[in-house]
Parts: sequence; structure tokens; C-alpha cells
Amino acid sequence: AAASLARSEAKSGRTDLIFLIRFRHCCLLRNQRCIMAYLYDRLLRIRALRWEYGSVLPSAIHFHMSAEEVEWFNRYKKSLATYMRSVGGEEGLDLTQDIKPPKSLYIEVRCLKDYGELEIEDGTTVLLKKNSQHFLPRWKCEQLIRQGVLEHVLS
Amino acid sequence: QGSKLEIPLWLAKGLHDSKRRLVSVELPKVYREAWRTVFSADANVVDLHKMGPYYYGFGSQLLNFSNPENPEIAQTILQTFISRFRRIMDSSQNAYNEDTSALVARMDELERALFRAGQKGLNDFQCWEKGQASQITASSLVQNYGKRKFTDMDG
Repeated sequence: AAASLARSEAKSGRTDLIFLIRFRHCCLLRNQRCIMAYLYDRLLRIRALRWEYGSVLPSAIHFHMSAEEVEWFNRYKKSLATYMRSVGGEEGLDLTQDIKPPKSLYIEVRCLKDYGELEIEDGTTVLLKKNSQHFLPRWKCEQLIRQGVLEHVLS
Repeated sequence: QGSKLEIPLWLAKGLHDSKRRLVSVELPKVYREAWRTVFSADANVVDLHKMGPYYYGFGSQLLNFSNPENPEIAQTILQTFISRFRRIMDSSQNAYNEDTSALVARMDELERALFRAGQKGLNDFQCWEKGQASQITASSLVQNYGKRKFTDMDG
């Protein structure tokens, strides 16, 4: 009788242990999932920045990125550049340009903040002062519009 | 042993064993027979946000717990979606520039995501019709970051 009691006690003890181990493992896995989801979401945003903002990140955002994220961004940039060079013939093709279908070579823009001087093809410079309006080549302005410096004005 | 607890789904899932040694799950009200009858009568009148808000997602996860009622539960969830979908799609495609809060109030999160997708399609189309599709816009990632922070860094 004593032997069977000891045996059943040992068995219930083991069940308790299994429960405990499983419980703890569950919690660890959940924490891991949460962290992964968070880091992955950050990565997707960082990737989107290359397309929506440009190849140089604003210092404020760069400041908040981990070293690994910065390295990831640089490697992604490089990968993208290699790919873009390989398509579209000799010069390659800048896929990050003309994301919205272009209607004309020149566009009307308004300056949203003081930016300074911008040099255009023929060598002249334009002063981008807040609230000034200009008629400029589309490809030159595209990045500045995406960065919030200029505003695309539709006629 | 034999005690009743409220634990999160992920924990229940981790502890559950097909040999059912550790935990058994009690179905939440919405998925039980009484409510299932309501759904089969008219699924459109039910406030799925109140009963959820993740009615479909959570219900699908519940099927992991080898409950004898699983086939009925699965059927109900599927039929509910089928009967409600038409209205959701219709309203998302026809509500332009109006307050949709009343429409959305009784939708669960899955339905809300579908509704939002429909609205985005509608808005993008209207934008295109107005000739605004070619307007270059600022990167939303940067806009939300807040102008103040940038000027602090540029300082």
C-alpha cells in the first residue's frame, strides 16, 4: 500500500512539473512572438522609407534605429541599387522615381519650409524659401516633395 | 486539478494536448448552441463588435481544442461571414465622403479591415477621376513623425 501511494504521488508530482514547464515555455514563446512582431513591423517601415523618402534617412529617424536596423537598411539599399542597375539597359532604371504617373516634364511646386538653394540643369540656382512657388523639372522635385519640403501644386 | 480559470487563448493553446490531460476549454457564449441559432436565423442583425471584437479570428482559433461541437461552430462562423459579406462590400463601395461610424459599429475587426479596403479602393478611384492620381505627395511616414522633432535635430 505504501509503495503504490508513493508511486501515485510521484506521478502527480510529475504531472505538476509538466504543467509548470509547459506554462513557462508558453510564456517564453509568446514573448518571443511579440518581440518578433514588433521588430518585423519596424523593418517593414524602414524598408518603406527607402521607397517613400529616399536613400538618406532623416537624422531623427536614424537616431532611433538600432545598429542592426541601420545595417539592414544599407544592405537593402545596396540590393535595390544593384537590381535597378541591372534592368532598363545601360543606365539602369530608377524604380523609385515616377511612382505616380507623370503628366508633364515640369511641375508647379510651393515651398513648405526654408530649404536653401537648388541647382537645376542649366546651371542656374533657385532659392527655395518658405511659401515661394516655382516651376521646376519634375524629376528634380520628386524627392523634395516626398520629404515634405515642397508641395506639388495642381493647376 | 478540476479548478476553473480564465486564461488567454495563447496559453490555453500551448497547454492543450490532444490527449486532453491538462486543460479543457469551455466555449464562450457566442459560439454555443443558443447563439448559433441566432446566427442561422439572421446573421446581419448581430453586433459582432460587441460579441467579439474578433469573432472570426477567435472562433477559428477555438477549433484547436478538439471540442465535439467544432463542426457546428465552424459551419456557423462560415455561414455568418457569407451572409454578412454582401452588405459590407456594398456599403464600402457606396459610402463616399460620409460618416461611416454607424455602419462600422457592428462589424468585427475582420469585417472592418475589409470595409476599409473597400473604402480605400473607392477613394483611390475618385481621386483618379478627379485627375489627382498624378499628384506627388509627401511620405506619410515622415509626416506623422512630427515637424517639431525635425527642427529639433536640425537645430
